[in-house]
Amino acid sequence: MAEIVLMRNFSRPDSHTLSAYRAAGGYAAWDKAREMEPTAITEEVKKANLRGLGGAGFPTGTKWSFIPKTHTGPVYLVVNADEGEPGTFKDRYLLERDPHALIEGMLIAARAIRCTLGFVYVRGEYVQPWRRFGTAVKEAYDAGLLGQGFDVVIHRGAGAYICGEETGLLSSLEGKKGWPKIKPPFPAIKGAFGQPTIVNNVETLCCVPPIITRGAEWFAGLGTKTQGGTRMYSVSGRVKQPAVYEAPVSITLRQLIEAAGGVSGTGRLKAVVPGGGSAAILTADEIDVAMDVDGLKTAGSMIGSAGVVVMDESVSIPEALMVLARFYAHESCGQCTPCRESTGWIYKMVHRIVEGRGRKEDLDTILDVAKRGAGTTICAFYDGAVGPYISYIEKFRGEFEALVPK
Amino acid sequence: MPKLTVNGKEIEVPAGTNLIEAARRAGVEVPHYCYHPGLSIAGQCRLCMVDLEKAPRPTIACNTVAADGMVVLTESDRVRETRKSIMEFHLINHPLDCPVCDQAGECWLQIYYMQHGLYDPRMTDEKVHKPKAVPLGPHVILDAERCILCSRCVRFCDEITGTGELGIFERGDHSEIGLFPGRELDNKYSGNVVDICPVGALTDRDFRFQVRVWYLETAKSVCPGCARGCNIEVHVNRRRPHHADGRRVARLKPRFNADVNSWWLCDAGRYGFGFVDDTDRLLVPGHREGETVSDATWDEAIAAVTATLRRVPPEAIGVIASPKMANEDLFALSRLLDVCAIRRVAGQVPPRVPGDQDNLLIRADKNPNALGAELLGLGDDARAVLDAARGRQIRCLWIFGHDLLDSAWPEAEVLEALRAVETVIFTGTNVNRTSVRAHWVLPAAAWVERDGTYTNFQGRVQRFRQAVEPLGQALAEWEIVGRMLAPLGEPSSATRAEHWFRQLAATVPAFAGLSYQSLGDAGRLFAVTPTSPAVGAAGRRGAGAPPSEANR
Repeated sequence: MAEIVLMRNFSRPDSHTLSAYRAAGGYAAWDKAREMEPTAITEEVKKANLRGLGGAGFPTGTKWSFIPKTHTGPVYLVVNADEGEPGTFKDRYLLERDPHALIEGMLIAARAIRCTLGFVYVRGEYVQPWRRFGTAVKEAYDAGLLGQGFDVVIHRGAGAYICGEETGLLSSLEGKKGWPKIKPPFPAIKGAFGQPTIVNNVETLCCVPPIITRGAEWFAGLGTKTQGGTRMYSVSGRVKQPAVYEAPVSITLRQLIEAAGGVSGTGRLKAVVPGGGSAAILTADEIDVAMDVDGLKTAGSMIGSAGVVVMDESVSIPEALMVLARFYAHESCGQCTPCRESTGWIYKMVHRIVEGRGRKEDLDTILDVAKRGAGTTICAFYDGAVGPYISYIEKFRGEFEALVPK
Repeated sequence: MPKLTVNGKEIEVPAGTNLIEAARRAGVEVPHYCYHPGLSIAGQCRLCMVDLEKAPRPTIACNTVAADGMVVLTESDRVRETRKSIMEFHLINHPLDCPVCDQAGECWLQIYYMQHGLYDPRMTDEKVHKPKAVPLGPHVILDAERCILCSRCVRFCDEITGTGELGIFERGDHSEIGLFPGRELDNKYSGNVVDICPVGALTDRDFRFQVRVWYLETAKSVCPGCARGCNIEVHVNRRRPHHADGRRVARLKPRFNADVNSWWLCDAGRYGFGFVDDTDRLLVPGHREGETVSDATWDEAIAAVTATLRRVPPEAIGVIASPKMANEDLFALSRLLDVCAIRRVAGQVPPRVPGDQDNLLIRADKNPNALGAELLGLGDDARAVLDAARGRQIRCLWIFGHDLLDSAWPEAEVLEALRAVETVIFTGTNVNRTSVRAHWVLPAAAWVERDGTYTNFQGRVQRFRQAVEPLGQALAEWEIVGRMLAPLGEPSSATRAEHWFRQLAATVPAFAGLSYQSLGDAGRLFAVTPTSPAVGAAGRRGAGAPPSEANR
C-alpha cells in the first residue's frame, strides 16, 4: 500500500512510550505549532482537507473555527475515544500503540482553539487502551509537555453506545445521563459545562501532527479532492486477514477487501457494510466505490467510522439485521419518542420474521416506520439505525420474504 | 420584534419567542407534549414539528426561535404526516387503558390522537411492560406504562423546586420515570407534576377513582391557604355526588397568573379543601344554654344576636374578625361595627405554629386577606380583646372562624376568657373547640360556596367565585352580617357580594376604581399604594400602626 501515516509507529513494540515516540520524530510538530499563530494552525488543517474520522466526516478546521472569537471564558477540547460503532476498532490501536500521537494532536488542536483543558472520553470497555493512554499522559506531564498551559483529564465511559454521539458524550462527561443535547446551540457555541467545546475523534487528532510537520498540501494530496489523508479501515467479518488497514481515502472497497486477503468462508461475497453498523449495506455488485466521505455518500451509504464488515454468501441478511436491530433497540437512549419506540418495535418485527413468525405486511411496516421516523430526532442515532433497516430489506427482500410463512 | 407569518397570518412577537408561543399569538395551536412555558426546552416528544419555508424537513417549534421573515406552516401535508407518525410512536407501547384511567377526558394522548392521529394501529407485538400504581410520595402515584417520557415532571423537580427527586432510568423503550434511590416525591409542590403530566402517568392519589373528569364543573377562584392568593380553579362534582361519597369539591387546580403564582400551586393549598365537605361542617344556626344545644332558625339567631348587640353596651362587646374573611365580609362587618359603635375589634390571632415560607409561593401568613383586614381596620392583634374578656370587661364576644384554643395563646387564658363572657357568638364553617363553647353559632359558607375577593400580600385584589351551593343553611359572612343591619336600624340593600364590593370601592381609597368587572380573572393591584389604613370607620384601629411587613 501507499504511504503509512497514522500507523507509522505501530511496528515498534515500545511504540506507546515517550522515548520511542520521540525517537521517531514525535513532538516535532508540537515544537513547530507552538511557534504558530492559532489561526494559522486552523488554516493549515482546513487546507489539508482533514475531515472528521469518527463518523460524520465534518471538516475539522472548519469545526475549530466555529469557536466564538469574542468568548472570554474557558474553551474545551474533548476527545471522543468512545469507539462503539459496530465493526470499528481503529481508535483502540491508536490509544494502545501510539498514545503520544493523540497527546501531540491535542496539544496542537488546543493551541488552535485557545484551550487549556482537554478531556478524553474513553470507552468503558477499553481497559488496555485506557491504561496505555493514562501512562502516556503521565509521561507527558513528567516531561513537561502537559501541565504547561494545557491539561488533560481522562474520563471513562460506562458502556453506552450513545455516549459516542458528541453531545451525548458531553452530557455523560458532565455527570448526567448520556442524553444527546438539542441543537442549537451546537457544542462549539455551548458545549461541555456550557462552554464552547470542540469534540474530535482520536484518529482525527492523530492526523494533525503529520499535517503540521509535513504540510497541508502533502496531506491533502494523499486523498481525494474533498478529503485529504489516509485513514484506518477496520476490516472484519468474512475476510482472510481481518485487521486494521491504513490506506488513502481514495481506495475502493474492492481493493480494501483484496488487501485483507479476500473473502473467506464460501469465498463468494454477498454484502459489505462499509462504514460501521449504521451504514447502509452494499451488495457484492456495489464494491467498486471510493472509501471516502463523498464516494460512499454517492453510493447511498456512508463511510462513517470506516468499519468494514464483509459477509460471504453463507451469511443470513435477516439474522444480521436482527442483531443490529437488537443493538439499536438496546442502545437507544430513550430520549426522543420516534427512536425510543420504534427501535424496539422494529426489533420485535425482525425477530419475529427470523423466527419464522413473520407476516407479509411486516416488511412494508418496517420500511414505513423507519422512513417516518428518519430525520425526526435530536441526534443521528436513529438515522443511523434507519440505514440498515431500509437497505438490508430493500436490497435483500427476497431473503426476508423466504422466511415469512406462506 | 421579529415579524413572521404563521399559516399565512402575519404576526410580530417579542425577540426570543419560540414558534409554539408565536403560533399561539396567531391563534394557532401547535400540538406538543414536552414543551411547557414554565420549564426548560427538552425537545424530546418531537410532536411540535412545523414546516419552515425552504427547510429540508420539518423542525421542532419549541426549540426554534421566531426570526424576522420566517414563514411557518403548521398544517402542511408533511407536518400532518409527521405528526401522525409521532402520535403512533407515542402510542405503540401505551396500555390504552382509558376506561380505568383517571386522565381520560383530559388526556392529551386522547385529544391529539383524535385531532392528529386517526391511523389504524399496526403494532401487534407484545408491548413493553413497566411498573404500575407506584406511589411516588404522599400525593402522587405513577403508572409508568402510560408515561410518554416527556420529562416535564423531572424538569419541574429540577428547575422549579430544585429538589431533584425524579429521574428517567433505563434506556430505549424500557426508559421509565422513577425516584432516585432513597427519595420520595414529597416536596411542597409535588402535586404540580400531576397538572403538567400530559397523560395519565402521574395522577393524584387524592383524586384517583373519585369521579370522571367530564362530570366536573369549574369555577375560577383563589386559594385561601396563604397571603399569596394563588389563582386556582375549583373543580366540583355536582352531577355524580355518589361517586365520591358526597364529596363535592373534587380537586383544586392552579390557574395561570403571571404576577401571582405562574402555573403552580403548593400542596398545602391544593389539598387544603377537605374542610368544605367535612362531616364537622356547621350546617344550621345553633344555640347553647348550659349543656343544652339546639338548632335554631336564621330568624331566631339573627333576632337573638341583634338583641344582644343592642342590649350590651358597645364597650362591653368584643369582635375578633378574621383575615380569612373576604373584603366584602369585612366591609359589611365594619358597617355593623359602626352602627353599633363597637370599638373593641381585632382580627389577628397568633397561630400555634409560625407559618413556613419559601421563595417560590408559600407565605408565612396563612391568611388570604390579612392586608384587606388591615385596610378595613380589622387586622389588629386580638390579644387586647382576649385580655379584656379575661378582665370581665366584655360581656359579648363575637369570634369569626378562629379556634382560639388552637392558637399561640395559652389555653387556660382562652378558657378563662370564654368562661367570663356572657354571650359568645361564633361564625365559621366548621366545628372547633371554640365553636362548641359558643352560645350562638352562625354557620358560614366556605369560600367555594360564595363569591368574594381577597387582597393578597402584594395588594392585589382577586375575585373568587361560587362553585357550589353552601352546605346546609350556611351563609356568607357578609350576608349574615347584612341580615342584622335591618334589626339594628340601618338596613342594607346589598344582596350580593358584588354590591358590598361596590360600596367598599366607593368608601375605602385603596379600593377606589376597582370593580368586579375591572378585577377580571387575574385581579388588580391597588390603584394607589395603601400607605395609611384608609378606613371608612376611622379611629376603630387602636394605634393606627401601618401594616407591618412581618406578618404578611
